[in-house]
Amino acid sequence: MPEQDPLERIRNFQEVPYGYTEELAMKEAFRCLQCKDPKCVEGCPVNIDIPWFVRLISEGKFIEAAWKIKETNLLPSVCGRVCRQEDQCEKRCIRAKKGQAVAIGALERFAADYEREKGDLAVPEIPAWTGRKVAVVGSGPAGLTVAGDLVKKGHRVTIFEALHVPGGVLMYGIPEFRLPKRIVAAEIAYLKRMGVDFELNAVIGKLFTIDDLFGEGYEAVFVGTGAGLPIFMGIPGENLIGVYSSNEYLTRVNLMRAYQFPECDTPVLRGRKVVVVGGGNTALDASRTARRLCHVDVTVVYRRSREEMPARKEEIQHAEEEGVKFLFLTSPTRYIGDRDGRLMKAELVKMELSEPDDSGRRRPIPVAGSAFQIDADVVIIAVGNLINPLVPRTSPDIEVSSCGNIVVEPTTEKTSKKGVFAGGDIVRGGATVILAMGDGRRAANNIHEYLKNRNW
Amino acid sequence: MFEIVEKVLLSHTVSLFRIKAPGIASKRQAGQFIMLRLNEFGERIPLTIVDSDTEEGTITVISQEVGKTTGMLGALEKGAGILDVVGPLGKPAHIEKFGTAVCIGGGIGVAPVYPISSALKEAGNKVISIVGARTKELLILEEKMKKISDDFFVTTDDGSYGHHGFVTQILKRLIEEETKIDIVFAIGPISMMRAVCDLTRQYALPTIVSLNPIMVDGTGMCGACRVTVAGENMFACVDGPEFNGHDVDFEELIRRNRGYYNEEKLAMEELTYHEGPRCYER
Repeated sequence: MPEQDPLERIRNFQEVPYGYTEELAMKEAFRCLQCKDPKCVEGCPVNIDIPWFVRLISEGKFIEAAWKIKETNLLPSVCGRVCRQEDQCEKRCIRAKKGQAVAIGALERFAADYEREKGDLAVPEIPAWTGRKVAVVGSGPAGLTVAGDLVKKGHRVTIFEALHVPGGVLMYGIPEFRLPKRIVAAEIAYLKRMGVDFELNAVIGKLFTIDDLFGEGYEAVFVGTGAGLPIFMGIPGENLIGVYSSNEYLTRVNLMRAYQFPECDTPVLRGRKVVVVGGGNTALDASRTARRLCHVDVTVVYRRSREEMPARKEEIQHAEEEGVKFLFLTSPTRYIGDRDGRLMKAELVKMELSEPDDSGRRRPIPVAGSAFQIDADVVIIAVGNLINPLVPRTSPDIEVSSCGNIVVEPTTEKTSKKGVFAGGDIVRGGATVILAMGDGRRAANNIHEYLKNRNW
Repeated sequence: MFEIVEKVLLSHTVSLFRIKAPGIASKRQAGQFIMLRLNEFGERIPLTIVDSDTEEGTITVISQEVGKTTGMLGALEKGAGILDVVGPLGKPAHIEKFGTAVCIGGGIGVAPVYPISSALKEAGNKVISIVGARTKELLILEEKMKKISDDFFVTTDDGSYGHHGFVTQILKRLIEEETKIDIVFAIGPISMMRAVCDLTRQYALPTIVSLNPIMVDGTGMCGACRVTVAGENMFACVDGPEFNGHDVDFEELIRRNRGYYNEEKLAMEELTYHEGPRCYER
């Protein structure tokens, strides 16, 4: 897919890949072999009928293709961009065995963008109201999916969102250059047209508890409040000025638009030497954001080697093209500040890989005597998140695991509290958009069943 | 939009706002706060809920003009709207019958100490209040505090009103006079809270402080408000804002609150450059 030139794109926040033209999309769609037993569908967590929508694109029926995807995936323009297709549908593509897989993700994005830009977003027919109300807590990918599915079944759905805009991690976390905010806004506008209500600035656990929601006449509640609690490493100097969690850094820039400071009021420290700690997509999002903000030296420090990086290959490549440096097998041990408590240096230590740990990846251990220091005035810690504790803390009758995640019955997404379902990162810990949407779909089906027969 | 139904100028830089927010008004407890955002371009800032009226559905907040956002807020009048108000956030103050509670408020800190003092009084405590300000003009909520206090002291740094000196001097005198004190609540400038804690530590007097670090979301998501308490990393927005004052690393908090000094200056220059009104139009 054609992309913005790296030298150009580090000067803006616009999306990196331009997306297919109609001709390119049809050409790519023709490569699909239309397998009788399509493995790609099995590889998709929500089982989109991939051969069907790809065939529609090859026939030039772009809007029909978008509708086909939307039968199973509510947010194709989002998933087409941020899904790990290379580990899912495209990995199973028969074409991948001898060369390049069909670019399923890019085609999904094309169909959804085409439909949106042609202004032909047909709202499905909504059945008469069943008389039931459902509350959805959190407006990230899981919550949006639940809401979309349940309004289509005739239920009234209200989404409660703690922040001042809906979209959750799609808005505050994933940067503009990977997922333009107008696309998320369009998806949300579409849900509104379908009849979903949004209550912003509503922190469940504070403004209302789950029991308050039942008291207000909601008959089922879905909790999709995500993994929003940043993990710090507990090493000296983490509270120096200039040390950020990736959540804070990305929230300041994406949600609060610090890149437009001082026209927008929220600042972010720009820095001259930026160090990002971590190896996931969030670490890369943060590093590429920093590159764009201040065009300075940005180094990603990761404790394992390149092969173990959980980030998408495509994003690693994008980051490298944009001039982000990498220090593999390296981990911070402490941060050093000046008299005013401002960060000046990071002390790092070399790591080596030993036996595989529980996750199957080889465990990194520090190499004795290998410590060294580098200059740094901004450090962004992107080593993962724990789940947001606000709902579990105020609803003690919802069972949680030892690390605080909400426990659900895997096939139904039912929690230990009657009428309460949960899914996405609040259940899984830090996972992916598409898995959250899969949970949302399952939860919606089971909420629908529950509202019908009241079995728990 | 959240409508400002009343505005009272408490001093030339401090204003009281009653804001229509029925949901928050019915739920809030002493010690909790809101985050507000004035307009689409605005930042999110925390403000303690001073009072609420459930019948009218309003909350009361008090803000001192110290930067761009508080400056713009201070320029809003009755009838104006605030784009976003979210709350009630933070843990409520731990209120019980302690016996005698000394409630200390310094400067704008009288605003957050008032609801706590009032709740303590209601819970059957004897409340001794010490409110301080730099000068008489900056003293706020004097009458309200007086009304809920069994004993009431005022101090000003410049001697323009009440005791000439600091709140800690009154507290020290009370302790030396062997006044029975079971707990101290101190809210105000960090240096004041630190001075109170340094004093009460010597007498092992339990002391609760309410912290005001920089926040972004206010719901535990970003960690901007982390403070070191008893050697542990705490988020003031969800673990606080109240902490055991003897355990708080005040030096670190002072440093962290200065973290955006240059940016704050720049934002203020920007505001002055546009001569105020143009900014509010945005």
